[in-house]
Amino acid sequence: MLAALIIVFREVFEAGLVVGIVMAATRTVPGRGWWVGGGVLGGTLGAGIVAMFAGALSAIFDGIGQELFNAAILAVAVVMLSWHNIWMARHGREIAAEMREAGEAVVAGSMTLMSLAIVVGVAVLREGVEVVLFLYGVATSQGGSGLGILAGGAIGLILGASVCLLTYFGLVIIPSRHLFAVTSLMLAFLAAGMAAQATKFLEQANVVTSLGTIVWDTSWVLSDRSLVGRALHTLIGYSDQPTAMQLAVYLATLAVTFALMRLFAAARPARVVIRENLAARTSTRPR
Amino acid sequence: MTITSNISKAAAAALVMMSLFGLATTGLGAQEAVSIQLSIKNKQFQPREITAPANRPIRFTIKNLDPAAAEFESVTLRVEKLIAAGSEGVVNLRPLSPGRYDFFDDFNPQNTGTLVVR
Repeated sequence: MLAALIIVFREVFEAGLVVGIVMAATRTVPGRGWWVGGGVLGGTLGAGIVAMFAGALSAIFDGIGQELFNAAILAVAVVMLSWHNIWMARHGREIAAEMREAGEAVVAGSMTLMSLAIVVGVAVLREGVEVVLFLYGVATSQGGSGLGILAGGAIGLILGASVCLLTYFGLVIIPSRHLFAVTSLMLAFLAAGMAAQATKFLEQANVVTSLGTIVWDTSWVLSDRSLVGRALHTLIGYSDQPTAMQLAVYLATLAVTFALMRLFAAARPARVVIRENLAARTSTRPR
Repeated sequence: MTITSNISKAAAAALVMMSLFGLATTGLGAQEAVSIQLSIKNKQFQPREITAPANRPIRFTIKNLDPAAAEFESVTLRVEKLIAAGSEGVVNLRPLSPGRYDFFDDFNPQNTGTLVVR
């Protein structure tokens, strides 16, 4: 029972961190509960479907189907996270300039919510597949002791979900004018970590083979199998033995995300510039 | 107008991200892989120790004969692979230097085994 509790807890806990951050990041966006809830539901259903076909998925592409699938959905999540951050870098500016029109705001809001709902879906799907396969195996292979294990799984689920709540309430303590900056930073690191993880899957599949040397080994200080290691793995992409390629992809994702955020934040709508130019021209005050 | 340029910029951003994964994807070594195989039965790896030659790519097949799923995992081999009940998982290993590489079933950590490379 304890083993089941631990296995279910650590999977749900990893997804819970992601859901908590997304909930905090979208705190001011109306209707986010439906989108995040939809992401969780979609991820759960997806996990069931993927678990059902896990054997077949493993067998395709000459045995590397599972790795390619994981890398692909992680890549989608990375793009969605970065896209969200870039959108928000721009709209944060527009809100400040009181430029945002109501219609535009709703469109932007639901677009960014959709991207984050997909991120939540991917996180829940990835961890959920393991939970479903594990519990299903237990339920079918064991009679009496199976009940205890399912109970352990249920407790693990509740504990894991409470990590999601703790993350959320821990973050929303932050005053709202800083909250956005904090959550976009966290989402950027989340994206970089996911990109590095996708790389690991491609390396495991032997699709990516260059830069395969291990850059450092900190498993003696903080193993990424420990609870703290796992939390940091999810939050900032910590790895105790990353390859040079993983590190390169990690840094590149961060650099590209931040560069695009700056670029989009700087590129203001043309009409603002025109209005400012007009104002400058009609101004009679000397500089 | 700004919306379309936004979308094309976003698409460009997406492409940059995707190409990061595509970069430096190189071809596999020409060397033929050595096939080794083991099973999981009654929550035990069989055999618990398996030998493979050094400096050759290895195609490692793990057959799960149990009615429960397993997660084949190894820190030193850098592998994490779900193997559903009654199915098999293939792990392609790059040429390894001689040594002992431990692995285990993450869903049942008492179940351990070792790959001996020499």
